[in-house]
Amino acid sequence: MLLIACPWCGKRPENEFRYGGEAHIARPLDPASQDDAAWAEFLYLRSNPKGMHAERWRHIHGCGRFFNCVRDTVSDRISATYRPGETPPR
Amino acid sequence: MRFSVYSLMRHALGGAAWPEQWRSPEPRAAYDVVIVGAGGHGLATAYYLARDHGVRNVAVLERGWLGGGNTGRNTTVIRSNYLWDESAMLYEHALKLWEGLAQELNYNVMYSPRGVMMLAHSVHDVQVFKRHVHANRLNGIDNEWLTPEQAKAFCPPLNTSSELRHPILGAALQRRAGVARHDAVAWGYARAASALGVDIIQNCEVTAICRVPSGAVAAVETTRGRIAARKVAAVAAGHTSVVMAMAGLCMPLESYPLQALVSEPVKPVLPCVVMSNSIHAYISQSDKGELVIGAATDAYVSYSQAGGLHIAEHTLEAICELFPTFRRLRMLRNWGGIVDVTPDRSPIIGLTPVPGLYVNCGWGTGGFKATPGSGHVFAATVARGEPHPIAAPFSLDRFRTGRLIDEAAAAAVAH
Repeated sequence: MLLIACPWCGKRPENEFRYGGEAHIARPLDPASQDDAAWAEFLYLRSNPKGMHAERWRHIHGCGRFFNCVRDTVSDRISATYRPGETPPR
Repeated sequence: MRFSVYSLMRHALGGAAWPEQWRSPEPRAAYDVVIVGAGGHGLATAYYLARDHGVRNVAVLERGWLGGGNTGRNTTVIRSNYLWDESAMLYEHALKLWEGLAQELNYNVMYSPRGVMMLAHSVHDVQVFKRHVHANRLNGIDNEWLTPEQAKAFCPPLNTSSELRHPILGAALQRRAGVARHDAVAWGYARAASALGVDIIQNCEVTAICRVPSGAVAAVETTRGRIAARKVAAVAAGHTSVVMAMAGLCMPLESYPLQALVSEPVKPVLPCVVMSNSIHAYISQSDKGELVIGAATDAYVSYSQAGGLHIAEHTLEAICELFPTFRRLRMLRNWGGIVDVTPDRSPIIGLTPVPGLYVNCGWGTGGFKATPGSGHVFAATVARGEPHPIAAPFSLDRFRTGRLIDEAAAAAVAH
Protein backbone atom coordinates (compact mmCIF):
# COMPACT_ATOMS: atom_id res chain seq x y z
CA MET A 1 0.00 0.00 0.00
CA LEU A 2 1.36 3.39 -0.96
CA LEU A 3 1.86 6.22 1.49
CA ILE A 4 0.67 9.29 -0.37
CA ALA A 5 1.21 12.89 0.70
CA CYS A 6 -1.96 14.85 0.01
CA PRO A 7 -0.85 18.48 -0.59
CA TRP A 8 -3.49 19.62 1.87
CA CYS A 9 -3.70 16.81 4.46
CA GLY A 10 -0.22 15.29 4.54
CA LYS A 11 0.78 11.63 4.37
CA ARG A 12 -2.09 9.17 4.36
CA PRO A 13 -2.47 5.51 3.35
CA GLU A 14 -3.40 4.70 -0.24
CA ASN A 15 -6.86 3.41 0.62
CA GLU A 16 -7.97 6.95 1.50
CA PHE A 17 -7.44 7.88 -2.15
CA ARG A 18 -8.86 7.15 -5.56
CA TYR A 19 -6.51 6.91 -8.54
CA GLY A 20 -7.41 9.34 -11.32
CA GLY A 21 -5.26 8.24 -14.26
CA GLU A 22 -2.51 10.05 -16.14
CA ALA A 23 -2.21 13.76 -15.33
CA HIS A 24 -1.94 16.79 -17.62
CA ILE A 25 -4.20 15.47 -20.38
CA ALA A 26 -6.15 18.59 -21.27
CA ARG A 27 -9.55 18.44 -22.90
CA PRO A 28 -9.44 20.25 -26.27
CA LEU A 29 -10.47 23.89 -25.89
CA ASP A 30 -12.21 23.84 -29.27
CA PRO A 31 -13.95 20.44 -29.40
CA ALA A 32 -15.67 21.06 -32.73
CA SER A 33 -12.37 21.41 -34.53
CA GLN A 34 -11.04 18.03 -33.41
CA ASP A 35 -11.04 15.08 -35.80
CA ASP A 36 -11.53 11.45 -34.78
CA ALA A 37 -7.81 10.81 -34.40
CA ALA A 38 -7.45 13.78 -32.05
CA TRP A 39 -10.37 12.56 -29.95
CA ALA A 40 -8.90 9.06 -29.82
CA GLU A 41 -5.64 10.54 -28.60
CA PHE A 42 -7.37 12.59 -25.89
CA LEU A 43 -9.67 9.79 -24.76
CA TYR A 44 -7.57 6.66 -25.10
CA LEU A 45 -3.86 7.08 -25.76
CA ARG A 46 -1.73 7.01 -22.63
CA SER A 47 2.03 7.27 -22.22
CA ASN A 48 2.09 4.27 -19.82
CA PRO A 49 5.81 4.74 -19.16
CA LYS A 50 8.16 2.36 -17.43
CA GLY A 51 9.63 5.05 -15.24
CA MET A 52 8.41 8.43 -14.02
CA HIS A 53 4.66 8.92 -14.38
CA ALA A 54 2.61 12.04 -13.63
CA GLU A 55 -0.81 10.99 -12.38
CA ARG A 56 -3.89 12.33 -10.65
CA TRP A 57 -5.17 11.16 -7.29
CA ARG A 58 -8.22 12.26 -5.35
CA HIS A 59 -8.37 12.22 -1.57
CA ILE A 60 -11.91 10.83 -1.49
CA HIS A 61 -11.86 9.76 2.17
CA GLY A 62 -10.25 13.02 3.25
CA CYS A 63 -10.47 16.51 1.86
CA GLY A 64 -12.01 15.27 -1.38
CA ARG A 65 -9.62 17.27 -3.53
CA PHE A 66 -7.74 16.24 -6.68
CA PHE A 67 -3.99 16.63 -6.87
CA ASN A 68 -1.11 15.43 -8.99
CA CYS A 69 1.65 13.01 -8.16
CA VAL A 70 4.89 11.90 -9.79
CA ARG A 71 5.69 8.24 -9.18
CA ASP A 72 8.25 5.80 -10.57
CA THR A 73 6.22 2.93 -12.05
CA VAL A 74 9.06 0.45 -11.51
CA SER A 75 9.71 1.08 -7.80
CA ASP A 76 6.31 2.72 -7.06
CA ARG A 77 8.31 5.39 -5.17
CA ILE A 78 6.56 8.76 -5.12
CA SER A 79 8.92 11.65 -5.77
CA ALA A 80 6.45 14.55 -5.49
CA THR A 81 2.83 15.53 -5.05
CA TYR A 82 1.55 18.95 -6.07
CA ARG A 83 -1.65 20.91 -6.39
CA PRO A 84 -3.64 21.28 -9.62
CA GLY A 85 -2.40 24.20 -11.65
CA GLU A 86 1.14 23.89 -10.35
CA THR A 87 3.80 22.83 -12.81
CA PRO A 88 5.20 19.34 -12.31
CA PRO A 89 8.57 19.38 -10.52
CA ARG A 90 11.62 18.59 -12.62
CA MET B 1 11.08 -37.05 -30.27
CA ARG B 2 7.40 -37.88 -29.87
CA PHE B 3 5.96 -38.54 -26.43
CA SER B 4 4.18 -41.87 -26.18
CA VAL B 5 3.68 -44.73 -23.76
CA TYR B 6 6.63 -46.41 -25.46
CA SER B 7 8.97 -43.41 -25.01
CA LEU B 8 7.85 -43.03 -21.40
CA MET B 9 8.62 -46.70 -20.64
CA ARG B 10 11.92 -46.58 -22.47
CA HIS B 11 13.08 -43.58 -20.42
CA ALA B 12 11.67 -44.90 -17.16
CA LEU B 13 13.30 -48.30 -17.48
CA GLY B 14 16.40 -47.45 -19.48
CA GLY B 15 17.33 -44.37 -17.48
CA ALA B 16 18.05 -42.43 -20.67
CA ALA B 17 18.10 -38.65 -20.24
CA TRP B 18 15.19 -36.77 -21.77
CA PRO B 19 16.44 -34.57 -24.60
CA GLU B 20 15.93 -30.81 -24.60
CA GLN B 21 12.47 -30.01 -25.84
CA TRP B 22 13.43 -27.07 -28.02
CA ARG B 23 16.61 -25.79 -29.62
CA SER B 24 18.42 -22.74 -28.21
CA PRO B 25 20.23 -21.43 -31.29
CA GLU B 26 22.30 -18.29 -31.69
CA PRO B 27 20.26 -15.59 -33.42
CA ARG B 28 20.73 -15.40 -37.19
CA ALA B 29 21.34 -12.08 -38.93
CA ALA B 30 17.87 -11.92 -40.49
CA TYR B 31 14.43 -13.46 -40.25
CA ASP B 32 11.17 -13.16 -42.16
CA VAL B 33 9.29 -12.57 -38.91
CA VAL B 34 10.63 -11.56 -35.51
CA ILE B 35 8.18 -12.07 -32.67
CA VAL B 36 8.88 -9.99 -29.56
CA GLY B 37 7.90 -11.98 -26.49
CA ALA B 38 8.05 -15.75 -25.87
CA GLY B 39 4.95 -16.10 -23.77
CA GLY B 40 2.09 -18.37 -24.72
CA HIS B 41 0.66 -15.94 -27.27
CA GLY B 42 4.00 -15.28 -28.97
CA LEU B 43 4.98 -18.96 -29.10
CA ALA B 44 1.53 -19.93 -30.38
CA THR B 45 1.86 -17.26 -33.07
CA ALA B 46 5.21 -18.72 -34.12
CA TYR B 47 3.81 -22.25 -34.17
CA TYR B 48 0.80 -21.37 -36.36
CA LEU B 49 2.97 -19.24 -38.67
CA ALA B 50 5.13 -22.29 -39.28
CA ARG B 51 2.35 -24.88 -39.37
CA ASP B 52 -0.35 -23.07 -41.35
CA HIS B 53 1.43 -20.46 -43.40
CA GLY B 54 4.79 -22.02 -44.24
CA VAL B 55 6.60 -19.11 -42.57
CA ARG B 56 9.40 -20.96 -40.81
CA ASN B 57 12.18 -18.39 -40.89
CA VAL B 58 10.91 -17.01 -37.61
CA ALA B 59 12.58 -15.93 -34.37
CA VAL B 60 10.85 -15.50 -31.03
CA LEU B 61 12.86 -13.10 -28.87
CA GLU B 62 12.41 -13.18 -25.12
CA ARG B 63 13.81 -10.66 -22.64
CA GLY B 64 13.83 -13.15 -19.78
CA TRP B 65 12.98 -16.81 -19.96
CA LEU B 66 10.32 -18.50 -22.01
CA GLY B 67 6.87 -18.36 -20.42
CA GLY B 68 8.25 -16.37 -17.48
CA GLY B 69 5.88 -13.41 -17.74
CA ASN B 70 2.14 -13.55 -17.46
CA THR B 71 2.04 -17.06 -18.95
CA GLY B 72 3.69 -18.32 -15.78
CA ARG B 73 1.79 -15.97 -13.46
CA ASN B 74 -1.88 -16.31 -14.35
CA THR B 75 -4.60 -18.42 -12.74
CA THR B 76 -5.09 -20.59 -15.87
CA VAL B 77 -8.83 -20.19 -16.25
CA ILE B 78 -10.25 -20.98 -19.68
CA ARG B 79 -13.77 -19.98 -20.74
CA SER B 80 -15.55 -18.44 -23.71
CA ASN B 81 -18.78 -17.02 -22.25
CA TYR B 82 -18.18 -13.42 -23.28
CA LEU B 83 -21.11 -11.14 -24.03
CA TRP B 84 -20.41 -9.48 -27.36
CA ASP B 85 -20.43 -11.43 -30.61
CA GLU B 86 -16.88 -10.39 -31.53
CA SER B 87 -15.49 -11.58 -28.20
CA ALA B 88 -17.57 -14.75 -28.22
CA MET B 89 -16.19 -15.70 -31.65
CA LEU B 90 -12.60 -15.05 -30.55
CA TYR B 91 -12.71 -16.87 -27.22
CA GLU B 92 -14.81 -19.75 -28.55
CA HIS B 93 -12.29 -20.15 -31.38
CA ALA B 94 -9.65 -20.49 -28.67
CA LEU B 95 -11.73 -22.91 -26.58
CA LYS B 96 -12.23 -25.21 -29.57
CA LEU B 97 -8.45 -25.25 -30.09
CA TRP B 98 -7.90 -26.00 -26.39
CA GLU B 99 -10.03 -29.12 -26.73
CA GLY B 100 -7.58 -30.77 -29.13
CA LEU B 101 -4.39 -29.00 -28.13
CA ALA B 102 -2.62 -31.76 -26.20
CA GLN B 103 -3.00 -34.18 -29.14
CA GLU B 104 -2.09 -31.47 -31.64
CA LEU B 105 1.13 -30.56 -29.83
CA ASN B 106 1.86 -34.10 -28.57
CA TYR B 107 2.32 -32.40 -25.20
CA ASN B 108 0.04 -32.72 -22.20
CA VAL B 109 -1.27 -29.23 -21.50
CA MET B 110 -3.59 -30.71 -18.85
CA TYR B 111 -6.68 -28.97 -20.18
CA SER B 112 -9.40 -29.85 -17.70
CA PRO B 113 -12.94 -28.76 -18.64
CA ARG B 114 -14.20 -28.91 -15.08
CA GLY B 115 -16.66 -26.04 -15.40
CA VAL B 116 -16.46 -22.37 -14.51
CA MET B 117 -19.21 -21.11 -12.25
CA MET B 118 -19.87 -17.38 -11.89
CA LEU B 119 -21.80 -16.34 -8.82
CA ALA B 120 -24.59 -13.76 -8.76
CA HIS B 121 -25.08 -11.83 -5.52
CA SER B 122 -27.61 -9.17 -6.46
CA VAL B 123 -30.63 -8.67 -8.69
CA HIS B 124 -28.37 -6.78 -11.06
CA ASP B 125 -25.92 -9.73 -11.19
CA VAL B 126 -28.80 -12.12 -11.89
CA GLN B 127 -30.07 -10.00 -14.76
CA VAL B 128 -26.61 -9.51 -16.25
CA PHE B 129 -25.67 -13.19 -16.02
CA LYS B 130 -28.98 -14.34 -17.49
CA ARG B 131 -28.38 -11.94 -20.35
CA HIS B 132 -24.95 -13.52 -20.75
CA VAL B 133 -26.47 -17.00 -20.78
CA HIS B 134 -28.94 -16.05 -23.51
CA ALA B 135 -26.36 -14.17 -25.58
CA ASN B 136 -23.91 -17.06 -25.33
CA ARG B 137 -26.49 -19.65 -26.34
CA LEU B 138 -27.50 -17.57 -29.36
CA ASN B 139 -23.83 -17.75 -30.34
CA GLY B 140 -23.75 -21.52 -29.88
CA ILE B 141 -21.70 -21.30 -26.67
CA ASP B 142 -22.75 -23.39 -23.69
CA ASN B 143 -23.73 -21.46 -20.59
CA GLU B 144 -26.53 -22.27 -18.20
CA TRP B 145 -28.27 -20.72 -15.24
CA LEU B 146 -28.15 -22.50 -11.87
CA THR B 147 -30.26 -21.90 -8.81
CA PRO B 148 -28.36 -21.61 -5.50
CA GLU B 149 -29.29 -25.25 -4.76
CA GLN B 150 -27.92 -26.39 -8.12
CA ALA B 151 -24.78 -24.32 -7.56
CA LYS B 152 -24.29 -26.00 -4.18
CA ALA B 153 -24.77 -29.43 -5.77
CA PHE B 154 -22.19 -28.62 -8.44
CA CYS B 155 -19.73 -27.18 -5.91
CA PRO B 156 -20.36 -28.68 -2.42
CA PRO B 157 -17.94 -26.52 -0.37
CA LEU B 158 -19.76 -23.37 -1.47
CA ASN B 159 -21.61 -21.51 1.26
CA THR B 160 -25.09 -20.80 -0.11
CA SER B 161 -26.53 -19.71 3.22
CA SER B 162 -28.84 -16.72 3.14
CA GLU B 163 -26.86 -15.40 6.14
CA LEU B 164 -23.97 -14.35 3.89
CA ARG B 165 -23.26 -10.64 3.67
CA HIS B 166 -23.81 -11.01 -0.09
CA PRO B 167 -25.92 -14.17 -0.45
CA ILE B 168 -25.70 -16.25 -3.61
CA LEU B 169 -28.80 -15.78 -5.73
CA GLY B 170 -27.72 -18.09 -8.52
CA ALA B 171 -24.84 -18.79 -10.87
CA ALA B 172 -23.95 -19.03 -14.52
CA LEU B 173 -22.10 -22.23 -15.40
CA GLN B 174 -20.06 -22.95 -18.50
CA ARG B 175 -19.35 -26.68 -18.29
CA ARG B 176 -16.80 -26.76 -21.14
CA ALA B 177 -14.74 -24.10 -19.40
CA GLY B 178 -11.96 -25.04 -17.02
CA VAL B 179 -8.23 -24.79 -16.51
CA ALA B 180 -4.97 -25.93 -18.12
CA ARG B 181 -1.36 -26.10 -17.01
CA HIS B 182 0.13 -22.73 -17.96
CA ASP B 183 3.81 -23.78 -18.14
CA ALA B 184 2.96 -26.77 -20.30
CA VAL B 185 1.17 -24.52 -22.78
CA ALA B 186 4.31 -22.41 -23.27
CA TRP B 187 6.58 -25.47 -23.35
CA GLY B 188 4.30 -27.38 -25.72
CA TYR B 189 4.11 -24.53 -28.19
CA ALA B 190 7.86 -23.87 -27.89
CA ARG B 191 8.67 -27.51 -28.57
CA ALA B 192 6.28 -27.75 -31.52
CA ALA B 193 7.41 -24.43 -33.03
CA SER B 194 11.09 -25.32 -32.60
CA ALA B 195 10.51 -28.64 -34.35
CA LEU B 196 9.10 -26.72 -37.33
CA GLY B 197 12.23 -24.57 -37.53
CA VAL B 198 11.36 -21.56 -35.37
CA ASP B 199 14.31 -20.12 -33.43
CA ILE B 200 13.47 -19.36 -29.79
CA ILE B 201 16.03 -16.96 -28.36
CA GLN B 202 15.86 -16.32 -24.64
CA ASN B 203 17.69 -13.65 -22.64
CA CYS B 204 17.51 -11.40 -25.68
CA GLU B 205 15.86 -8.06 -24.98
CA VAL B 206 14.72 -5.87 -27.84
CA THR B 207 16.14 -2.38 -27.27
CA ALA B 208 15.13 -0.61 -30.48
CA ILE B 209 13.01 -1.05 -33.58
CA CYS B 210 14.83 0.16 -36.69
CA ARG B 211 12.90 1.56 -39.64
CA VAL B 212 13.82 2.43 -43.22
CA PRO B 213 13.25 6.05 -44.36
CA SER B 214 9.82 5.13 -45.77
CA GLY B 215 8.80 4.16 -42.23
CA ALA B 216 8.65 0.37 -42.56
CA VAL B 217 10.39 -1.83 -40.03
CA ALA B 218 13.78 -3.17 -41.06
CA ALA B 219 15.31 -4.70 -37.97
CA VAL B 220 15.39 -4.83 -34.21
CA GLU B 221 18.34 -3.97 -32.01
CA THR B 222 18.72 -6.45 -29.18
CA THR B 223 21.06 -7.17 -26.29
CA ARG B 224 22.44 -9.91 -28.55
CA GLY B 225 22.95 -7.70 -31.58
CA ARG B 226 21.01 -6.41 -34.54
CA ILE B 227 18.50 -8.77 -36.17
CA ALA B 228 16.99 -7.82 -39.52
CA ALA B 229 13.31 -8.62 -40.00
CA ARG B 230 10.77 -8.18 -42.79
CA LYS B 231 8.01 -8.18 -40.20
CA VAL B 232 8.04 -7.57 -36.46
CA ALA B 233 5.21 -8.85 -34.29
CA ALA B 234 5.00 -7.43 -30.78
CA VAL B 235 3.41 -9.82 -28.27
CA ALA B 236 4.86 -8.24 -25.16
CA ALA B 237 1.83 -8.11 -22.83
CA GLY B 238 2.44 -5.59 -20.02
CA HIS B 239 5.49 -4.15 -21.78
CA THR B 240 3.73 -3.51 -25.09
CA SER B 241 3.69 0.26 -24.55
CA VAL B 242 7.45 0.16 -24.02
CA VAL B 243 8.08 -1.89 -27.18
CA MET B 244 5.71 0.15 -29.35
CA ALA B 245 7.30 3.39 -28.15
CA MET B 246 10.50 2.15 -29.85
CA ALA B 247 8.60 2.52 -33.12
CA GLY B 248 7.23 5.91 -32.12
CA LEU B 249 3.72 4.66 -31.37
CA CYS B 250 1.64 5.63 -28.35
CA MET B 251 -0.84 2.91 -27.43
CA PRO B 252 -4.30 2.93 -25.82
CA LEU B 253 -2.90 0.80 -23.00
CA GLU B 254 -2.23 1.05 -19.31
CA SER B 255 -0.20 -1.55 -17.41
CA TYR B 256 -1.25 -2.70 -13.96
CA PRO B 257 0.03 -5.35 -11.54
CA LEU B 258 -2.46 -8.20 -11.25
CA GLN B 259 -1.97 -10.47 -8.27
CA ALA B 260 -2.48 -14.15 -7.67
CA LEU B 261 -1.69 -16.43 -4.77
CA VAL B 262 -1.73 -20.12 -3.90
CA SER B 263 -2.46 -21.97 -0.70
CA GLU B 264 -0.69 -24.96 0.75
CA PRO B 265 -1.65 -28.14 -1.16
CA VAL B 266 -4.60 -30.14 0.13
CA LYS B 267 -6.59 -33.12 -1.11
CA PRO B 268 -9.23 -32.42 -3.78
CA VAL B 269 -11.80 -30.10 -2.23
CA LEU B 270 -12.92 -27.80 -5.04
CA PRO B 271 -14.29 -29.56 -8.14
CA CYS B 272 -14.65 -26.53 -10.42
CA VAL B 273 -13.59 -22.93 -10.94
CA VAL B 274 -15.63 -20.40 -8.96
CA MET B 275 -15.68 -16.71 -9.79
CA SER B 276 -17.51 -13.88 -8.17
CA ASN B 277 -17.38 -10.57 -9.91
CA SER B 278 -19.26 -8.61 -7.25
CA ILE B 279 -17.13 -9.52 -4.25
CA HIS B 280 -14.05 -10.47 -6.26
CA ALA B 281 -13.40 -14.07 -5.43
CA TYR B 282 -11.67 -16.14 -8.07
CA ILE B 283 -10.55 -19.64 -7.17
CA SER B 284 -9.77 -23.11 -8.45
CA GLN B 285 -7.67 -26.04 -7.30
CA SER B 286 -4.57 -27.14 -9.17
CA ASP B 287 -3.73 -30.78 -9.77
CA LYS B 288 -1.00 -30.37 -7.14
CA GLY B 289 -3.74 -29.53 -4.65
CA GLU B 290 -3.01 -25.85 -4.14
CA LEU B 291 -5.94 -23.49 -4.20
CA VAL B 292 -5.15 -21.00 -6.94
CA ILE B 293 -6.62 -17.60 -6.19
CA GLY B 294 -6.84 -14.59 -8.44
CA ALA B 295 -6.89 -11.16 -6.86
CA ALA B 296 -7.51 -7.78 -8.44
CA THR B 297 -5.20 -5.28 -10.07
CA ASP B 298 -3.71 -2.39 -8.19
CA ALA B 299 -5.47 0.90 -8.80
CA TYR B 300 -2.51 2.56 -10.48
CA VAL B 301 -0.21 2.04 -13.46
CA SER B 302 2.87 0.08 -12.44
CA TYR B 303 5.52 -2.31 -13.73
CA SER B 304 6.50 -3.50 -10.27
CA GLN B 305 5.33 -7.16 -10.60
CA ALA B 306 4.23 -6.96 -6.98
CA GLY B 307 1.03 -5.27 -5.87
CA GLY B 308 -0.45 -4.11 -2.61
CA LEU B 309 -1.20 -6.58 0.16
CA HIS B 310 -4.63 -5.05 0.72
CA ILE B 311 -5.62 -6.19 -2.78
CA ALA B 312 -4.91 -9.83 -1.95
CA GLU B 313 -6.50 -9.46 1.47
CA HIS B 314 -9.72 -8.18 -0.07
CA THR B 315 -9.99 -11.31 -2.22
CA LEU B 316 -9.18 -13.63 0.70
CA GLU B 317 -11.97 -12.06 2.74
CA ALA B 318 -14.42 -12.92 -0.03
CA ILE B 319 -13.02 -16.47 -0.37
CA CYS B 320 -13.36 -17.09 3.36
CA GLU B 321 -16.96 -15.89 3.27
CA LEU B 322 -17.86 -18.13 0.31
CA PHE B 323 -15.84 -21.15 1.51
CA PRO B 324 -15.73 -21.19 5.32
CA THR B 325 -13.79 -24.48 5.24
CA PHE B 326 -10.85 -22.72 3.61
CA ARG B 327 -10.34 -20.30 6.50
CA ARG B 328 -7.59 -22.37 8.13
CA LEU B 329 -5.56 -22.80 4.95
CA ARG B 330 -2.24 -21.02 4.83
CA MET B 331 -1.14 -19.15 1.75
CA LEU B 332 2.19 -20.25 0.32
CA ARG B 333 3.08 -17.69 -2.31
CA ASN B 334 1.73 -14.56 -3.91
CA TRP B 335 3.02 -12.64 -6.89
CA GLY B 336 2.08 -10.08 -9.49
CA GLY B 337 2.10 -9.96 -13.26
CA ILE B 338 1.92 -6.82 -15.36
CA VAL B 339 -1.23 -6.77 -17.48
CA ASP B 340 -1.87 -4.35 -20.32
CA VAL B 341 -5.41 -3.05 -20.18
CA THR B 342 -7.26 -1.33 -23.03
CA PRO B 343 -10.03 1.24 -22.55
CA ASP B 344 -12.70 -1.27 -23.66
CA ARG B 345 -11.07 -4.29 -21.98
CA SER B 346 -10.82 -6.11 -25.30
CA PRO B 347 -7.51 -7.07 -26.92
CA ILE B 348 -5.81 -5.40 -29.87
CA ILE B 349 -4.81 -7.83 -32.64
CA GLY B 350 -3.59 -6.59 -35.97
CA LEU B 351 -1.73 -4.08 -38.05
CA THR B 352 -0.24 -0.80 -36.85
CA PRO B 353 0.41 2.51 -38.63
CA VAL B 354 4.04 1.34 -39.07
CA PRO B 355 4.35 -0.93 -42.15
CA GLY B 356 5.60 -4.37 -41.20
CA LEU B 357 4.88 -3.89 -37.49
CA TYR B 358 2.07 -5.97 -36.00
CA VAL B 359 0.74 -6.05 -32.48
CA ASN B 360 -1.14 -8.51 -30.30
CA CYS B 361 -1.78 -6.99 -26.90
CA GLY B 362 -4.32 -5.59 -24.49
CA TRP B 363 -5.45 -8.96 -23.13
CA GLY B 364 -5.70 -7.34 -19.74
CA THR B 365 -6.55 -9.66 -16.90
CA GLY B 366 -7.75 -12.57 -19.02
CA GLY B 367 -5.37 -13.47 -21.82
CA PHE B 368 -4.38 -17.03 -20.93
CA LYS B 369 -7.70 -18.51 -22.03
CA ALA B 370 -7.23 -17.08 -25.50
CA THR B 371 -3.68 -18.34 -26.07
CA PRO B 372 -4.33 -20.83 -28.93
CA GLY B 373 -6.94 -18.68 -30.65
CA SER B 374 -4.89 -15.52 -30.25
CA GLY B 375 -1.82 -17.16 -31.78
CA HIS B 376 -3.88 -18.71 -34.56
CA VAL B 377 -5.60 -15.54 -35.77
CA PHE B 378 -2.53 -13.37 -35.21
CA ALA B 379 -0.34 -15.73 -37.24
CA ALA B 380 -2.80 -15.45 -40.13
CA THR B 381 -2.81 -11.67 -39.75
CA VAL B 382 0.98 -11.44 -39.81
CA ALA B 383 1.39 -13.93 -42.66
CA ARG B 384 -1.19 -12.32 -44.96
CA GLY B 385 -0.66 -8.71 -43.95
CA GLU B 386 -4.39 -8.29 -43.37
CA PRO B 387 -6.55 -9.11 -40.36
CA HIS B 388 -7.94 -12.60 -39.93
CA PRO B 389 -11.78 -12.28 -39.97
CA ILE B 390 -12.02 -13.11 -36.26
CA ALA B 391 -9.28 -10.59 -35.45
CA ALA B 392 -10.62 -7.82 -37.69
CA PRO B 393 -12.96 -6.21 -35.08
CA PHE B 394 -10.04 -6.04 -32.63
CA SER B 395 -8.03 -3.60 -34.73
CA LEU B 396 -6.01 -0.79 -33.21
CA ASP B 397 -8.05 1.57 -35.39
CA ARG B 398 -11.25 0.91 -33.43
CA PHE B 399 -10.27 3.57 -30.92
CA ARG B 400 -10.41 6.12 -33.73
CA THR B 401 -13.59 4.84 -35.39
CA GLY B 402 -15.33 4.36 -32.06
CA ARG B 403 -16.30 0.74 -32.79
CA LEU B 404 -15.24 -0.39 -29.31
CA ILE B 405 -15.93 -3.90 -28.03
CA ASP B 406 -16.95 -2.90 -24.56
CA GLU B 407 -16.30 -5.88 -22.34
CA ALA B 408 -15.44 -3.54 -19.46
CA ALA B 409 -18.91 -3.94 -18.06
CA ALA B 410 -19.74 -7.10 -19.94
CA ALA B 411 -16.87 -9.37 -18.95
CA ALA B 412 -17.86 -11.68 -16.18
CA VAL B 413 -15.12 -10.60 -13.82
CA ALA B 414 -14.15 -7.20 -12.51
CA HIS B 415 -11.17 -5.51 -14.11
